[in-house]
Amino acid sequence: MYDDHPVWEDVGLTREEYEVIRSDLGRAPNGLELGMYGLMWSEHCSYKSSRRHLATLPTEGPRVLQGPGENAGVVDIGEDVAVAFRIESHNHPSAVEPFQGAATGIGGILRDIFAMGARPVALLDSLRFGDPKDPRVRYLFGGVVSGISWYGNCVGVPTVGGEVVFDEAYADNPLVNVMCIGLVEKDRLTRGLAAGEGNAVILAGASTGRDGIHGASLLASREFDEDPGDMRPAVQVGDPFREKLLIEACLEALEGGAVVGVNDLGAAGLTSACSETASRAGSGMWIDVDLVFRREEGMTPYEVMLSESQERMLIVAEAGREEEVLEVFGRWNLDAAVIGRVEDGELLRVFCGEEELASIPVMGLTEGAPDYDRPGLAPRPSRPEPPVGLGMDVDAGRALLELLAHPDMASRAPIFGQYDHMVGTNTVVPPGAADAAVLRVKGTDKGIACVTDGNGYACSLDPRRGAELSVAEAYRNICSVGALPLAVTNCLNFGNPEVEEVMGEFVEVVAGMGEACRRLDTPVTGGNVSFYNETRGKHIHPTPVIGMVGLLEDVSRHATAGFKEEGDEVILLGGDATHLGASAFSRVVAGVDNGPVPPVDYGAERVVGSVCRRGIAAGLVSSAHDVSGGGLAVSLAESAMLSPVGMGATVDLGSIHDPISALFGEEGARILVTCSPGVSESLLEMAGEEECPARIIGRVGGSRLEIGAGDSLHLSVPVDSLSSAWERGLE
Amino acid sequence: MRFGVVRFYGSNCDRDCYHVVSRVLHRPVRYVAHDESSLDDVDCVILPGGFSYGDYLRAGAMAARTRIMAAVEEFAAAGNPVIGICNGFQVLCEAGLLPGALMVNDGLRFICRPSLVRVEDNETPFTSGLQPGAVMSLPIAHQWGNYRPPPDGFRGRIVLRYSADDGSVTPESNPNGSWQNVAAIANARGNVLGMMPHPERSSESILGGEDGLGFFSSVVSWWEGGTSYV
Repeated sequence: MYDDHPVWEDVGLTREEYEVIRSDLGRAPNGLELGMYGLMWSEHCSYKSSRRHLATLPTEGPRVLQGPGENAGVVDIGEDVAVAFRIESHNHPSAVEPFQGAATGIGGILRDIFAMGARPVALLDSLRFGDPKDPRVRYLFGGVVSGISWYGNCVGVPTVGGEVVFDEAYADNPLVNVMCIGLVEKDRLTRGLAAGEGNAVILAGASTGRDGIHGASLLASREFDEDPGDMRPAVQVGDPFREKLLIEACLEALEGGAVVGVNDLGAAGLTSACSETASRAGSGMWIDVDLVFRREEGMTPYEVMLSESQERMLIVAEAGREEEVLEVFGRWNLDAAVIGRVEDGELLRVFCGEEELASIPVMGLTEGAPDYDRPGLAPRPSRPEPPVGLGMDVDAGRALLELLAHPDMASRAPIFGQYDHMVGTNTVVPPGAADAAVLRVKGTDKGIACVTDGNGYACSLDPRRGAELSVAEAYRNICSVGALPLAVTNCLNFGNPEVEEVMGEFVEVVAGMGEACRRLDTPVTGGNVSFYNETRGKHIHPTPVIGMVGLLEDVSRHATAGFKEEGDEVILLGGDATHLGASAFSRVVAGVDNGPVPPVDYGAERVVGSVCRRGIAAGLVSSAHDVSGGGLAVSLAESAMLSPVGMGATVDLGSIHDPISALFGEEGARILVTCSPGVSESLLEMAGEEECPARIIGRVGGSRLEIGAGDSLHLSVPVDSLSSAWERGLE
Repeated sequence: MRFGVVRFYGSNCDRDCYHVVSRVLHRPVRYVAHDESSLDDVDCVILPGGFSYGDYLRAGAMAARTRIMAAVEEFAAAGNPVIGICNGFQVLCEAGLLPGALMVNDGLRFICRPSLVRVEDNETPFTSGLQPGAVMSLPIAHQWGNYRPPPDGFRGRIVLRYSADDGSVTPESNPNGSWQNVAAIANARGNVLGMMPHPERSSESILGGEDGLGFFSSVVSWWEGGTSYV
């Protein structure tokens, strides 16, 4: 009969998938069951196009306590403290309704972290928009920043970092990737397990309403056709005040010892939280939708099971100790109720009172989801002869000012100034002051560093190298503040995976990211895939966003990017750039969209990072800043602008092949450090021990940035002029 | 001397204040719940920053009507020291323990950054150890910090004003449009202080500055010096 009514289409499934469900159940699914399958087998929840590729990523390491598959990854930082962290996308909701889309993205990633028993201590946001001159882009950008500000500030978790890139490729599909970091005592680490027959399944937090039904299946797992505004009812509305109460109540409930497992309710709501927790524990579960407290009357069981109402958590509590948990939530003025029980067997059973409405094998919803080997068209990376100098007669000073004023490179202060980046009193290095944020870990001497990095432009030219470059840049950023890179979470943003070109890019990006993470000893502990970032057949750049965390054993020994003292010597760790491939200079100044994306030299990245970290730990380094977007000239300019009084520098690169490439090229494995003259030698000795190229290229001082090579002066600009270009770029 | 840090639903600087008192000042401190009715066991009350009740309705409006605020009023009436920081300042104004109101910032946006303030009055328990005219760097983080006095005249004390680094009080140094560049005020008696900047965020050198510690250490010296009432 279903031939007349393609019911699978209503829930975002294909006919083939429907047939699999029929044969698994041995009967046709009823409407509720089909809706539950539709959600769990959606691309967003099942990773059906990406699973086999993600399985190739390195996920193990001596510090990894929890790899992929849980609410968040966890690494051990010693002294019984662990760091939980994860990144997630909220792209589609933010395209439809930027303020609430971004705000609820923050809410969702926070819940992933405190579900692990960790207190959230930091947020970072990686954002992509179209051309900022476009009024619609400005609306999206303004809405997203306000939404992050509203939710993050109210909930009391500091936003300490992130990045924003503007590129026409994201005009219709902005990206909002949000990373959260939490701290947890190792023995308090909690997992999303519904274990132990008879244990109580408790729903806590906000009441369940009709919002967000089919968010995961129909909004997040399809491309946009027409006006995304039509999808607005599928976007949820956030309540950061309730989330704050939920954080405190959950952490307090965990202290009592009656809690077996915790899971957040995000995409796919109750359906996902119940099936995932049961699946991880190998249990069955029954729940009764009649016991779910609701915010509106007349909701059907289907709506209850599919709702994506925000600020809800699922708690599994020991049988007989339910009241202890309910009492904690009551004290925080939150609703909580036992809605079901863990049971033996393999079924997730949904009741409405006495009546059984659904009965599905748990594993069928989770691990039984389709696993597609979608055909991919191997990309042909753009790898022309490396462009040198571009045959242009360029005024390097003017080029530098143009780069600094570009929206991608301009000061982020207008954005970060709207985020509370200090609440919690752990922020040692605030956003914008260094290549990564640094937080102290109270009760220890330690600190953690965190960063997000992504380079969709490079990935569009060369997906594999672009992905490698993104990991390498994150690695270098963590080293530049003095921290040891520990592990990676990632958000993979792509177009429609059913398009061979997109799938081909995806495969290459995952391969490049895996290679980089293996070579740099930064295992992947989790992440998120966001496909279908596509409108009317036009897809975004392949955009892997890397979230990386690092460890400082002594947080007081860290570095920031700004010059500190007149007379300090400027040392370049690493070699000179030799070409302008895939650089901001070629794109912004020369107007050439071309490669090659520089390959990553892992050996060089490792020694440069190591010398930088050792120098900082030994107290030799006054400032450190990596060389990346805009090349050496932009890095020097930023260090000057970030100095307390606009200190310039005089730099002589000596004998170099091509000055413009040396100034603006973006080959990796380079960090600029400054040292007081008395200690430069010690740093150079360290570099010598590790066979790391290093040389003194100049001296901090004066009010101008002057860069020359031998007898010729290539650039001389007052720091004031640099600052005014840089500070106005985002206005 | 024992401190009490009041926790409303939605307070989020409570733990930060607690940390400074216990770990930096090394003084006894306890959390005071919004529904408690006695402050007999504490000597100084801190109303911390955050978003009590989500700032829904109006910043501080609902917190001002909780049970603990009746006790705070009584505590303050007896001359005991009370400090409200950021949202705590908003709560004190809403509760009528301080004159005036905090309106939305001139730029309408949330602002989080360091600010410079000049000490105007060191005859309050919280500023007794500070030098009048001294310029301090304290972080601000608020959207509703634009102080307005009551329409019938200001009858309190101006304790801090936003200033330039040389101490001059200029329009450019005013981050939010506050009347008279006000960053902190006290009641006429001086024992109830409200301030928008966050002293607990700059009480340790690892966080970039210790100027904020002076407010806490002042009240400790003032109390331990034996002056228990203003």
